[in-house]
Formats: sequence, structure tokens, C-alpha cells
Amino acid sequence: MTMGPMSVLRGGAQPAQKSKDLRGTVRRLLARLGPERFKFVLALFLGATSVGFVVSGPEILGRATNVLFNGIVGRALKPGTTKAQAIQLLRDHGHGQIASMIAGMNITPGVGVDINELGRVLALGALVYLLGAAFSYFQGFTMAGLTQRVMSGMRRDVEAKLSRLPLRYFDSHPHGDVLSRVTNDIDNLTTTIQQGLSQLITSVLTIVGVMGMMFWISPLLAAVAAVTIPLALVVTLLIAKRSQVQFTAQWKQTGALNGLVEETHTGHELVQVFGQSGATIDEFGRQNKLLYRASFRAQFLSGIIQPSMQFIANINYVVIAVLGGYRVASGLLSLGAVTAFIQYSRQFTMPITQIASQMNMLQSGIASAERVFEFLDADEEDPDVARAPDASPPVRGAASVKLEKVCFRYEPDKPLIEDFTLDVAPGQTVAIVGPTGAGKTTIVNLLVRFYEIDSGHILLNGVDYRDLTRDEVRSAFGMVLQDAWMFAGSIHDNIGYGKPGATDEEIVAAAKAAHVDSFVRTLPDGYATVLDEDASNLSSGQKQLLTIARAFLADQSILILDEATSNVDTRTEVLIQEAMARLREGRTSFVIAHRLSTIRNADTIIVMDQGRIVEQGDHGELMGQQGLYYSLYNSQFSGVAT
Amino acid sequence: MLTRLLRTYLRPYSRQIVILVVLLVAQTVGNLYLPNLNADIINNGVVEGHLHYILSTGEVMLVLTLLVGVCAVIAVYWASRVAMGAGADIREAVFTRVQSFSARDMNHFGTASLITRNTNDIQQIQLFLQMALTMMVIAPIMCVGGIILAIHEGAQLSTLLLVAVPVMGAFIGLVMVRVIPQFRSMQIKIDRINQVLREQITGVRVIRAFLRNRSEADRFATANAELTDTALRVNRIFALALPVMMVILNLSSVAVVWFGGRLVSEGSMPIGNLTAFLTYILQILLSVMMAVMVAILLPRAAASAERVKQVLDTVPEVSDPPIPISPTAMTGLVKFEQVTFAYPGSERPVLDDLSFTLEPGKTSAIIGGTGSGKTTLLNLIPRFFDATTGHVMVNNVDVRSQEQEVLWSSIGFVPQAAYLFSGTVESNIRFARPDATDAQLWRALEIAQARDFVAAMPGGLDAPIDQGGTNVSGGQRQRLAIARALVKEPRVYLFDDCFSALDAATDARLRAALKAGTQDASVVIVAQRVSTIMHADRIIVLDDGRVVGMGTHAELLTSCDPYREIVVSQLGEGVAT
Repeated sequence: MTMGPMSVLRGGAQPAQKSKDLRGTVRRLLARLGPERFKFVLALFLGATSVGFVVSGPEILGRATNVLFNGIVGRALKPGTTKAQAIQLLRDHGHGQIASMIAGMNITPGVGVDINELGRVLALGALVYLLGAAFSYFQGFTMAGLTQRVMSGMRRDVEAKLSRLPLRYFDSHPHGDVLSRVTNDIDNLTTTIQQGLSQLITSVLTIVGVMGMMFWISPLLAAVAAVTIPLALVVTLLIAKRSQVQFTAQWKQTGALNGLVEETHTGHELVQVFGQSGATIDEFGRQNKLLYRASFRAQFLSGIIQPSMQFIANINYVVIAVLGGYRVASGLLSLGAVTAFIQYSRQFTMPITQIASQMNMLQSGIASAERVFEFLDADEEDPDVARAPDASPPVRGAASVKLEKVCFRYEPDKPLIEDFTLDVAPGQTVAIVGPTGAGKTTIVNLLVRFYEIDSGHILLNGVDYRDLTRDEVRSAFGMVLQDAWMFAGSIHDNIGYGKPGATDEEIVAAAKAAHVDSFVRTLPDGYATVLDEDASNLSSGQKQLLTIARAFLADQSILILDEATSNVDTRTEVLIQEAMARLREGRTSFVIAHRLSTIRNADTIIVMDQGRIVEQGDHGELMGQQGLYYSLYNSQFSGVAT
Repeated sequence: MLTRLLRTYLRPYSRQIVILVVLLVAQTVGNLYLPNLNADIINNGVVEGHLHYILSTGEVMLVLTLLVGVCAVIAVYWASRVAMGAGADIREAVFTRVQSFSARDMNHFGTASLITRNTNDIQQIQLFLQMALTMMVIAPIMCVGGIILAIHEGAQLSTLLLVAVPVMGAFIGLVMVRVIPQFRSMQIKIDRINQVLREQITGVRVIRAFLRNRSEADRFATANAELTDTALRVNRIFALALPVMMVILNLSSVAVVWFGGRLVSEGSMPIGNLTAFLTYILQILLSVMMAVMVAILLPRAAASAERVKQVLDTVPEVSDPPIPISPTAMTGLVKFEQVTFAYPGSERPVLDDLSFTLEPGKTSAIIGGTGSGKTTLLNLIPRFFDATTGHVMVNNVDVRSQEQEVLWSSIGFVPQAAYLFSGTVESNIRFARPDATDAQLWRALEIAQARDFVAAMPGGLDAPIDQGGTNVSGGQRQRLAIARALVKEPRVYLFDDCFSALDAATDARLRAALKAGTQDASVVIVAQRVSTIMHADRIIVLDDGRVVGMGTHAELLTSCDPYREIVVSQLGEGVAT
């Protein structure tokens, strides 16, 4: 009950999304309740019992009113007479109306209020309310555990799904969208189920219970009150339909404003230097006004629901008061019944308002569930080969890598790598060069098996990738990637990421090798310094150094250096190159770099352009070919030759 | 925080709020009076058997209901107006304030955080306002009015109120004290889960390469279990709180009938008053619960208000001087006089005692390693930062003495990360000069080596550009950003390592065209690649924030060791000798 207006609010705060397959999504959501179905049924039973008790309360209080009223009327009558005599007496004195009212009452003339009877009735009432509350608590308790377990399971599934999705999924879906599904949508769904489900059950049960009691007390008044339901529903639906349109407009406009804010803030310095601050403020004002208009309309329209319900409830109240009073006066109904009825009619409009206000929330919750299910349904990586675990020993020391007629395309109709063959002997260095966007990371994606090749073979120490698990392949590779990824945690843990359980000494040694130790020591907390989420407290060069330290620590057979040195200042780079050379000793390595001087000594150079491998050979051979490598090399040195 | 923010931003709406309060008072009084009329129906109509009285009072009740309904609808109208209006005003104020922020102010908050503050946080405040404007007015009136009328109907029973209301209040207080910290902790745990998931998405390559899937799953499982625990605790408190509140409410009713019943039986209270009292006590307790609902929203809105207030209270670190000095001539001369720059709280300056002059018509280059202070140096010229000591002069006037708009009007800036705005090629390069002719645009594109690919794009100048320029390649983005600066025809060009995505051949062509295209303006190029800057009229070599060499390529090769090291590492030993 306390949640009522909050859910109006939440409903209002959610994007008014329309779901594509309402029934299917609801069915899948219910299926998730499956393991909890006994608890669910128990909760339903507890809820029904509680509602049963609570709902009979006003009727019992009504009986107490009757006891009182009977006492008052009884005392007013002449003591000693029978009820029939008293009625006759009243009729004779021209009080026909009162007479017929009394005829319907259980009174003894001359006897006042029966306090003992009153006490008994009220004790029963108190008991019923207490029991109702107790059952309501048990129901709430059961539901809380149930929904939390279901949602916790759902979150676990989503997380597990993340680790089974192919890299292709992450590369082809905006990170923001994936993130939104696994966070915002799950949050939204949790709140919906947490608040909505329990409340919906109670609301529906209460309506049924109250309706039942009303019909039991007075079918005529109940029929009058029952008219309220469809009326309330129609009014709610009519208003909700209109407010929904405005909510949609509001969320669309919020998105537009978000976009504008994001864009201007990201290009903040440009906006300032190019003198566009005023113009953007004007544009913001315009968009803001549109948002204001939509949100005002949405709030107003959805805000009307509550007073409308109140209005209908009040009319209901008046009609029952008048009609009830009329019928009591005519002796067709007891006063207690009317007071009970009035209480019921108040109880009765509340759940209707609540259901109305929850429709928005439920709709948006189901839309979120749909997005989550869509995510859970995404294609997964092919499972690893099933095979005895000791079939191939872990790769140690230098390893050979062989690519045979490898074909790969991101999109089926765009040829990228066709029949690519490369033989890398243990300890050799392969350099991958080409202009930005030439697709150098594609090679990395295939080597580390982030993507599966379409045809051909990749062999690690002579074993086909297809006969290895992904983990076996990846455990052979150490990487320093272009985006220096750090997680929120200490520098110590970030370096240690490459080797679980690494000692402090090992971590410091790796940091020293990457020449990041002295920098770390200048930080107030040294290795315990906690990086924030985007590691924004470090420069990109420092981040890169940390990832290099991480690779040093991981100490794997094959090294992939993806433009690793491009953000490190030149003098440190010299030192790193020395350390790298030491690390590369006896190891196979793939280096991606812009600087031709650093890769001239590579055993093989792969030249890439527009996603494809265009040339392959050592420096001398490629210069001889006078192709892309030749022109790249010369343009780099243009003007220097003199 | 919330009250201060609201006091400021609700002031313009004080008239509407007065109307709103009047309407809500009328609505509440009407709602309170209805049970009174119902009591009359019972006392005077039913008990006395006056059917006519019942009907006529019923009519009055209907009219009252209608009036109450009209009041309520108009009240919602004004509440929505005020809440959404004030929200829109705060949004505008936040946005306008951020527009005047310096680069460091921006970094301090972070773009993502500023976006959240301007959207989600203000939304929280708006929704709280919407609720508060109705509930917070109705609840006290209903409570006080209910108490007055209840006493009026049955003064003898008012002692009951003295018990029921404090009991309810105390219980709610107890629940709030327990729930609010749990709520806060739950929010932290939700944030934590989202953080773990975000890291799994952005770091997917690293996680898989280092075979850390399992440990990531463990990390998540811990976070998930913690969240589930806390959420369970919160929901169980609620599961208890609601029935208890209902019990307090219902037992109060029972008590009313018990004690009231004795009064009725003694004849010291009409029975109709008893039923009315019953309704009033329900309303009083409901109003207390209503206030609680708003109170539940309060912590979240207050937290949001604080975050918004932080933005609004930030005095931009860089602002216009009270009496600006205008440069007499826009020569494009840039002078550094003993400039030192250090981040607050850091011991070592990023830039240490720099003095040099960048002359119009000349190309000056700044080279040095990561962290040597190149970009910082460049940022001092358009006053993204202020020097700690010393003077940065543009057009012979200290940048701090100039109006920022005037300063910026003579600067063309191409940042390290070329950023394009959503729109078209044209809207981007016309950015600084809305009145530029098409011929001027094409000339700029030509110099920036962007003419060919723009002409080849479907729509040419009208080709759409996505936000950030993600639909063109890195090199194209850089060239369009350069064209944008060229169209402005400023006196000072600042190129912050913006040739890095160009292949060497394009880089060379662009530099040649640039020399002709920028004529007598000052050109400052920051670069990592020696080949980009080796032809500059003057090269400034920075190392650790100090100038370690200044001169032409040839001069520096012989006189400056750090420069030689850079050249050798990039171009090989043969070049340097």
C-alpha cells in the first residue's frame, strides 16, 4: 500500500516501451518462477488468507455498530414491551418509517447497549486484523525471498552469457546497448517484479475479497459499487492511453537532450574556441522547452488518474451513504452493514488505482524482460572440443605458429583474408604494418582465437586450433593491447591480473621491467593506489606501461604487441625495447607498430591495407617488390635522404 | 542542499504555488467534510427516519465531490507545471554553467557524470517535486484537519489519537532509520554489480586472453550475493512494516468503536459521530503514511540535489577579467614569459619556466615524449588552463586580461582526438563561420587534403556525419577537423598531434598545402612523429616540462641530444649523421 504512489512515480519514470511479444515474454518470465512454484503457490495461499481476514474486519466492526445502534434504539423504546408491541406503538404514533426500520433490527425494548456483546465482537475484530497482518507478513516474507532468488538467478545467467558470447557479438553491438541490457534493464525488471508482482497479487485478491463481502452484505449496494469498477477502468485506460503518448514523447525528447548534452560536453573545448557556446545554449533551450512540454503533459495526464479515481470513489461513497441510509431507514439494512459497506468501498477503490498505476510500470518491465531475453538468446560461441584433458601438454617456451590457407571474413560478402599462409618458427618475430584501419587487429583476433577462421588451419606447435580448447590456445599468448584496459582496483591487482596468485616481489619485478616501478612509487599510495573505473587518473602512456608490466608478469610463450609502444615517450621506449628484446628471446612474437625502424629487423613483415594482407616477406624482399611497403617506407623518410 | 536548490528555483513559481496550495487546501477540506455530512445523514436522517434529509444532504455531498474533483485536477495541472518547469529551469542553469567551465572543471566532473547530473539527477528532483507539491501539502492539512474534526466529532475520544498517532509515527521512524541506510547500501551494491559487468564488456579481450573468465565469474557472484542479501533484507523489512502499519490502523479503529461504543451507550455521543470519527482516524493515519511515501523519496532526491548543486556552485576556474583589455592588433603573436604550470597539489611542475615567442607567418613545432607537457603547453594558449606563474601573451596581451570570446576569436584549434559533431560535413566545417561561402569550404577541404574523399562521399558537403564522426575513418576525421579550423581563418593555429592517423604521404602533402594556406598566421604543431615537424621553422624540444632545445631540425641534430635520440629512434641511425 505504501508503494502505491511510488509505483505511479516509477511508472512515470520509465520509458514507455511497447513490447513485441507480450505473451511470450510473460510466459518466459513465469517459467523462471518454475523452481519456486511451491513457494509461489504458498505465497498466493498466504496472501489469500490474509486478504480474507483483513476483508472480514469491517464486517465485524459493522456488527459492533449494530450492537451499539440496537442498544440505542432499544433503550429509547418502552421497557417491558415486546419488539412487536413497540413497533405497533410507533406505527400508531405515526412513526411508520422508524417502525419499519426497527422491524429489521435485533432489539429488545428497554435494554441498552450490550457491552459484553460489544466486547466479544470487537475482540473478534482485533483477532481477525492481527491474523490478517500476520499472514500478510508471511506472504511478504515468502515473496521477498522468492523474487530475490529469481532475480539473482537471472543476473547470474546474464553474466554467464557474457562469457559465452563470441567476440563478434561485442564488436557488432554498441557497448552502451549491451551494458544497458545487463544493467538498466535488469534493474528495471527487478523493481517491477519486486514491487509489482507482490502488489498485483494483493490488489487482485483484495478486489475479489472486498467484492465478495460487499455482495454478501447487500447485493443491491454491491451492484451499485460494482459499476465503479468498469467506470474506473475505462477512465484509467482513456487517460493512460493519452499519457502514454506523452510519455513516449518525453522519453524521446530526453534522449535527444541527452545526445545534445553528451555531444557538447565531449566537444567542450571546440565549442568554446569556435565561439559556439551561445548557439548551443540556445539549442539546448529549444530542446529543453520541448522536453518540458512533453513531460508536463505526461505528468498532468497521468496525474489526473488519481483525482479521477478519488472522484469516482467519492461518488460511490455518496451513493452508498444515501442509498444505504435510505435502506436502513426503511429497515431493509442494518446501520452496521452500511458503515461496513462504506469502509469496503474505500478499500475497494485503492487497489483499482494501484493496478492502474502499475500498468505503466509492468509494461516497461516486460519490455525490459524482452530485451534481457533477447540478449540471453544471442548466438553463443561453438563449444570447445570435448577430449581428454591431458591430450596435449601446455605450451612452454618458444612455440611455432603456422597458418595454412586461412580464410576469414567479418561479413560473408566482404572478402578479407583469403588463402593466407604463414610459417612462424619458434623464436621468430613477425611484424604487421599498414596504415591505420588496415585491419591489423584482425590478425590478432584470429591468432588468439577471438574469432574463428572460416576455412584453412592455424597450428600451434603443430596442433590444429580446432583440436585445442580456446583456453589452451589463449594460455600460450601474452598480449599488450591497443586499448590499455584497467579495472577498478589497485595498481598491484591490475598488474597481477596476468598471473593469479603472483607474489609482491614478482609484481614489483614486472613493474621494474616495464619501467613503471619508479612512477608507481611517486603515487601517494604506491602499488595500493586504486584506479577509478576508466583509470582516468593515469595518462595513456602510464596505462600502457602497466599493461606491459602485466604481460611481463604473465610470461607466456607467444607475445602480441599491438601498437604497444606508440603512446610511450621516446626515451622510455628505448628502454622498453631493450626489455622487450630480452623478453622476446626464445619466444615467438607478433608486433604491430607504426614505426618502420622498429620492425625492420623482423623475420617476417606482413603488410596490410584495407583489411587485407597485401604483401608478405622480410624487409629486403618487400623493398625489392616496390609495392605498398616500399612507398610507405619512402614517404616516412621523404626529405630525410638529402 | 535540496531545500536551498528548491528555494532558488521555485521562487519564480511562487504565484502558482500559492494557487496550488489554495486548491489543495480546498480539496482536502472538502474531502474531510464528506464524512461529517455522512455523520449527519446517519444522525439526522437514518436515526430520525428523515428520508428527505438523507436525499438533500446527499445532493450537497455530490456537489462537494464534484468541487473537490475539479480542485484536484486543477491542482495536478499546476503541480505538473511547477515541478516540470522548475526541473527545466535547473537543467538550463546546469547546462549554461557547464558551458562556462574550464577544461579542468570538465575533467574534475567527467563528461559522463555531467550528463547524468543534467538528466537523471534532475529527473529525480523533478519527480520528488511533483510528489511533494501535492502530497506534502495534502498530508499535513489532512492530518491537522482530521484531528480537529475528530475532536469536534468526539472530544472524549481524542485521547485515542494521542496514542495512535505517536505509535504510528514512532514505528515509521523506526522503520525509516533501519531502511534508509539499507537503501543506500543497496544502491552501492547495484553500482558495484554494474561496474563488474561494465568491466566484463569493455575488457572482454583482456579477460579472455588472460583466461580470467572464472575469476570474473567469482567476482560477479560475490557482488550478486551481496546485492541479493541486502535487497532481501530491505524487502523483508517492508514485508514487516506494511502489515504492522495496517495493524496499528485497524486496531485503532477497533479501539475507537470500543471506547466510542461505551460513550454512545451512555448517550454522551451520537452514533453518527462515532462512524465519522472512525473515518477521520483512518484519514489521519493515512496522511501520516502518505508523508512517509514522500519521505522515502527524499534521500534519493537529496543526493541528486547535492550532485546538481555541486555543478551549479562550481565557479569556473577560468573566467573573464572584470575590466578586459582588448588587443590593439590581431597579429597572431604568441609569447610565453617564464611560464610555469603545476597541477594543484602536485610537487613537480608540468611546465617549468618556459620562455619563447611564436611568430606570425612561421611554423613552430613542439616535440617531446609522453608526459613532457606538450599538450599542456598548447592548452595554455586558448586558456583551457591558466599558468601558475608567468605570462602567456596572445596578440601582445596577457590571455588572462582578455575577454575569452575575443581571445578565442583569433585561435583555430585542432585537438588530439579529432571530434566531429553530428550533422553533415558542411555543418561541421562551417562550425566557426556560419557565413562562409562554399568556395571557402572547398578551399579549406583542399588544403586539409579532404577534398577528394568529401567529393566522393554520397551527398558531398551534405554527407551525414555521426556523433563523434564515427562514420568516417580516423584519418578523414582528422582532416575534417583541420578543415574546420582553416575555415575560421584564425590568427593562431594550434594543431595538437592531429596528423597521427594520416599515412606519411598524406601527412607530407598536407603540411606542404598548410604552409601556403595559413600564410601570415602563427602555426603551432605538436607532434610525436619527427617527420611531421622536421620542416618547421622552429622546433621546441620539451623534456620533463623544460625546453631542452630550440631551433631548426639541422641545428638541433647537432646541438640537442634529446632531439637526436628521438630522431634516431624513429628514423634510424643513418639519418642523424
